[in-house]
Amino acid sequence: MLDTQSDEGYITADGRKIGGVAMEMRNITLRFGGVVAIKDISFDIRWGEIRAIIGPNGAGKSSMLNVISGFYHPQEGEVIYKGYKRPKMKPYQVARQGIARTFQNIALFEGMSVLDNIMTGRMHHMKANMLQQALWWGRASREEDENREQVEKIIDFLEIQHIRKTPVARLPYGLKKRVELARALAAEPSILLLDEPMAGMNVEEKEDMCRFILDVNDEFGTTTVLIEHDMGVVMDLSDRVVVMDYGKKIGDGTPDEVRGNEDVIRAYLGVSHD
Amino acid sequence: MLYREAGDFKTSYVADSQTFPIKFDRFGYYAILAIAFLGIPLVINDYWANSIVVPFLIYTIAALGLNILIGYCGQLSLGTGAFMAVGAYGSYKLMTAFPELNIIFVIIAAGVITAGVGVLFGLPSLRIKGFYLAVATLAAQFFLIWLFTRQAWFYNYSPTGMISAPTREVFGFPVTGPRASAVSMYMICLCFLVASAWLARNLTRGTLGRQWMAIRDMDIAAEIIGVNPLMAKLTAFAVSSFLIGISGALLFTVYLGAAEAGEAFGIDKSFLVLFMVIIGGLGSIFGAFAGAAFLIVGPVMLKLLLVNTLGWPTDLAAHLEIMIIGALILVFLIVEPHGIAALWRTIKEKLRLWPFPY
Repeated sequence: MLDTQSDEGYITADGRKIGGVAMEMRNITLRFGGVVAIKDISFDIRWGEIRAIIGPNGAGKSSMLNVISGFYHPQEGEVIYKGYKRPKMKPYQVARQGIARTFQNIALFEGMSVLDNIMTGRMHHMKANMLQQALWWGRASREEDENREQVEKIIDFLEIQHIRKTPVARLPYGLKKRVELARALAAEPSILLLDEPMAGMNVEEKEDMCRFILDVNDEFGTTTVLIEHDMGVVMDLSDRVVVMDYGKKIGDGTPDEVRGNEDVIRAYLGVSHD
Repeated sequence: MLYREAGDFKTSYVADSQTFPIKFDRFGYYAILAIAFLGIPLVINDYWANSIVVPFLIYTIAALGLNILIGYCGQLSLGTGAFMAVGAYGSYKLMTAFPELNIIFVIIAAGVITAGVGVLFGLPSLRIKGFYLAVATLAAQFFLIWLFTRQAWFYNYSPTGMISAPTREVFGFPVTGPRASAVSMYMICLCFLVASAWLARNLTRGTLGRQWMAIRDMDIAAEIIGVNPLMAKLTAFAVSSFLIGISGALLFTVYLGAAEAGEAFGIDKSFLVLFMVIIGGLGSIFGAFAGAAFLIVGPVMLKLLLVNTLGWPTDLAAHLEIMIIGALILVFLIVEPHGIAALWRTIKEKLRLWPFPY
C-alpha cells in the first residue's frame, strides 16, 4: 500500500456517505510534442462522491479524463488507484479494473441495437470461452440470460424500455446520451467517468440526466467524475470540484469554495485591467 | 394476418432473444430444414447437384466466413480465394498422409489449419485498417497461390501440378471421388452448411459477436470500454478463415475432385465471395445465403430461361447472362445498398403490419 491520506471520509449534508480516497492523481504532466496539455496536477477522488472537473475550453479536462481511463499516458506523475500505483496499461485493461466512461461526442456502436450496446458494456462479466459460445452450450447461454437480467434492470432504471430493440443509429441525440450512460453503468463500474453528459441537451433533457446521475450515485454508490460546462448543473450536482485552466489546476474544493476563489473568477469572468 | 408478434408473449429472456422471434418465421425455418434434409435428397439428380445446389451450399459457407470478418468485425479481406486454397490443399495433404482418417475430420482439420493461416495473415489488421488492410490481405492471396503452385510438396510432386481427391466414404457412401453420388455430395455439404450457419449465428449473437461489432462500429471507443482489439480481430480472422477453409476443402474434395491452386482459387474467387457478402448484406447470416443464391443460382436460372425456355443460342445467352447479372447487381445496390438481407428485413417489417399499416 502506498501512503495516501487515508482518513475515513465524511457524511454530506444530504446524508450520503463519502469514503476514503479511491483514486489519486499525483503530479500528472501530459505533453503532446511541445504542447503541455496538463501541467503538474494533483487531486484525489473519494469513494462515493461526485467529483466535477470544470474549466474553459482547451483547459485539459478531457485529457485528464483520458489519463484516468488509460487512453493517454502521462509523461510524469502517477495514478494511484485503490491504494496501488497503476502501472502503464492499455485502455481495455483499465476498463477491466472497473473504470467505465461516456464520451463527449457520443461513441455508441451505431450498427447495433440499444440492447446489444448495453450488453457490450457487460462483457467483463461474461467468461464463456469461444467453443462454448460457438456451441451455445453451458456457460455461454446461461451467462447471456443472467446478464440480460442485469441489463434489463439498468434499462428500467434509465427508462429506456421502449427503445431496447431499436438500432442506435435511429435514436435522437438525448436518448443516445442516455444509452451511452446505460452502457457505462452495465459494466458495474467502481468509478464512472462522464465527459460532458449534458452537452447539447435542452433543459428538460438536462434535468433528466441530472436526476439519473444523482440516482445512480444514490442507488449504487457509484463514484462519479464529471466534466461539464453548465455551471448551474456542476454546482448543484457535485460534492467537490477541480477547476482547470490552461492545463493547470487553479481551484479545488466544494462548490462554494470554488465559487469564491479569485483565480476561478478570473478564468471564467475575466477581471478589469485598471 | 399470420405474420404477427401480437399475442405471442415472451415470458423469458431466452425466448425473447431467440433467432426467430416470430412464430411464422420459426415454422418457416423448420419447414425449410425439413425440405432440405428430407425432400431434396429424393429428387436431386447429377445436373442439379453439380450446377446449382452443391456450389451454392459450398459458397454459402465461404460467404458466412467472410461475412464474419467483413460484416461483423469490419476487417476488409481480399484473401478469400487463398484461404479456400489452404483448406483444399490442407485436406489433400491430410487425405494422402492419413488415408484412414474419416473425411469429416479431414475437412474440419483443414478448417483448423486455415484458421491458423488466417490468424497469421490477420496480424497486419492490428496496425492498418480499411482499404490498406485489403491490400495487405492481397499479399496473402498472391503468396499462398504462389506457394501452392511452385512448391511441389504441397501437391505431392504430381507431374501435372494438380491435386485430386481420392474416394472417401461416410457411413459406407462415397462422398468424394468419381463414385460419389449426387445425394451423398449434397448431404455432406448440407450438413457442413447447417453446422456452419448455426456456429456463425451462435458466435455473432453472444459476447464475442458484440465485441466484433463494437470493433467494426467504433474501434477506439470499443477499446476504451474494454474490448481487447487484438483478441477481437484475431478471433474474427480465425473463425472466418475456419469457415472459408471448410468451404475450400469441400469445394476441392466433394465438388471439383481435382484442382490447381492458380485456376481454382485465384483472385476472382476472392471477389466472387466478396460480392456475395456485399450483395447479400453485410453483418447478416441470412445475407450470406441470399448473396450466394444470387450469384450462384441466378446465372444458372437465367441460362435455363434463355436457352431452354426461349431457345436462344448458347453463346449469346452466355454473354447476356453476364450483362444481366451485372445490371441486377447495380440495381440491387442502388435500391438497397445494405443488401438483400436489408431488403428482406424491410419486407418483413411491412408484413407485420399488413394489410392495415395504420
